[in-house]
Amino acid sequence: MYAWHFTEMPYPNLPPLDTLSTMRVSIPSKLFDPKIGAELYNRYLDEHMLADEVGLNMLLNEHHQTATCINACAPLTAAILARQTSKGRICILGNPIANRQDPIRIAEEMAMIDCISRGRLDVGFVRGVPYEVFAANSNPTQTVERLWEGIDLVSKAWTHTEGPFNFEGRFTHKRAINLWPRPYQTPHPAIWITGSSDRANIKRAAGRGFVFATFLQPHEKVKWMFDAYRSAYNDQGLPGGGGTAYMPLVYTADSDAEAEAGARELCWYLDAKSEPQYRNPPGYVPVEFNVQALKGAFTGRTDAMRKQSIEFLKDQGVLIYGKPDDVAKQIKRLYDLVGGFDHLLMMQQAGHMSSERTKRSITLFAKDVYPQIKDLARTRPLNARVAAE
Amino acid sequence: MLKDTLHQDVISVSGIDIEVRTYGSGAPLFLLAGEEQLEVDSPFVAELAKNHKVIMPSPPGFGVSGRPDWLTSPDDLAYIMLDLVEKFDLNNVPVVGCSLGGWIAAEMATKDDSRFSRLALVDAYGVKIGGPFDVDIQDLWVQHPAKVAAMKWRDVEKSKRDYASMTDAQLSVIARNTESFARFCWEPYMHNPKLKHRLHRVSTPTLVIWGENDGVASATYGKAYAGLIEGAKFTTIPEAGHYPQIEQPEAVLKALRAFLA
Repeated sequence: MYAWHFTEMPYPNLPPLDTLSTMRVSIPSKLFDPKIGAELYNRYLDEHMLADEVGLNMLLNEHHQTATCINACAPLTAAILARQTSKGRICILGNPIANRQDPIRIAEEMAMIDCISRGRLDVGFVRGVPYEVFAANSNPTQTVERLWEGIDLVSKAWTHTEGPFNFEGRFTHKRAINLWPRPYQTPHPAIWITGSSDRANIKRAAGRGFVFATFLQPHEKVKWMFDAYRSAYNDQGLPGGGGTAYMPLVYTADSDAEAEAGARELCWYLDAKSEPQYRNPPGYVPVEFNVQALKGAFTGRTDAMRKQSIEFLKDQGVLIYGKPDDVAKQIKRLYDLVGGFDHLLMMQQAGHMSSERTKRSITLFAKDVYPQIKDLARTRPLNARVAAE
Repeated sequence: MLKDTLHQDVISVSGIDIEVRTYGSGAPLFLLAGEEQLEVDSPFVAELAKNHKVIMPSPPGFGVSGRPDWLTSPDDLAYIMLDLVEKFDLNNVPVVGCSLGGWIAAEMATKDDSRFSRLALVDAYGVKIGGPFDVDIQDLWVQHPAKVAAMKWRDVEKSKRDYASMTDAQLSVIARNTESFARFCWEPYMHNPKLKHRLHRVSTPTLVIWGENDGVASATYGKAYAGLIEGAKFTTIPEAGHYPQIEQPEAVLKALRAFLA
């Protein structure tokens, strides 16, 4: 089991939330104080450096126009950590390739970071959550197609080493692609992809050997997704590889009272406010989902976990908190409930949680929890071709 | 009744399945509905159908018409609609287009209006008048749905639709229309930068009709749009927002009848 430290790098110093209609897309930037921002960027990077020191990996993501995540450019923070750390792996989960104009620029950025970190980079690609289409102005009706076309192009750019090649696709046209540098890792860094209930997407990820990651979902749904991923190899004879990754909120503490206090702070993330039009832009989900939306039966992707008690979230495996032995027990329970998984992605900081509290949780986890779960068997599907060789 | 005269068909146009409704009888009139297709079975169409055979196709992506991936803009849809006009061998036909339908009709007219007798555009999208920092057409997707409804309708009550009483097939058409509207009009937002420079080609007598209270694209915008078409007349409809043909059908029909006579 690989363990990863994660924070969305929130900017929590906002006016009372009941005075705001949204924390995303249209929240005015006068509410961002650059001096506070400077402190926050540096402390979040310090916390990642601590995670690296104590033996954890570093997970980064990016969002735009939102106070919930001021890491607006994950390749920048990844590049900083590539230079300032030396042990842990660094994963961007992910590059919003459907929302960026130029996939080749992403291929270059990743290749550079992979070289600077001497091969410690994992590269995630995401379609982007619904509200991201507004900042990028990307057409919400074709982000899935853009995602896959972009991944195909980046993969080719990383591995084609014989000089320029041509690409005239649906979304990108380039006639002399010739990547300098190429990635440190051969043939290229591991690719991760995120997803939820789209079975075709999960199977496609499994078929290409991508790590499949999902966040903050009830354990039954996680099992369904991971089963779909694992069965892709058996059902279709796909090459397999990759692995599965799950992100809960995790807080490890010295006492039950402190653990509960930390857990409640992490829930800030789940209660992030946003306006309805940002949750379901036109054509982001298929017509069948929008038929349900018109009936009032579908309100967006993350509502299932909003406004729930911490006990409910704990039972669902979405929120893990307690003293080290309790945390280890909950992770093992989750591991059993979902049929095992390979990467534990821990959101160990959210909202107003102080750096002191965050660092204590990181340290305790690494020292007293990780040794108890580190050797849980990986559930990486067998790669028949490699096994046969 | 209107529905008794409705003939609904799906025909192949340029390899795409296109849904076509026809209402009434008389001299043909080619009607391109708005993106929400609120004109279907509406009093506005019922009145038109008293004197015309109203031909109302669903452009690709709308209603149950097909939507191949290569179609990316109203400019593309205009070619398919021109193919349909040719397929039906319509000649000397009045063309009326509302909202997105008006945009498609304007695109068609810049390409070939030789079969058109008249062109009427009702609160049409399609051109950009101001500079890069000007908002000519309010953003329907980034703003709160309640605010958008208030911009579209003079009387917001008229925007309410009883989804609970609809079948899944009807709801799927609504969801599909919403999706296709975004597919074709997301960027450049609600306009084709080239259209403004092509409108001089329109030689058909043209009337631009605008809801006085259109909060999405103002009457000032409508008037400027009309100004891009040689000889086009411009008229406004009081007590109406972006869909005057739905909010004030009588007033729109009055203007249309005078124009088509």
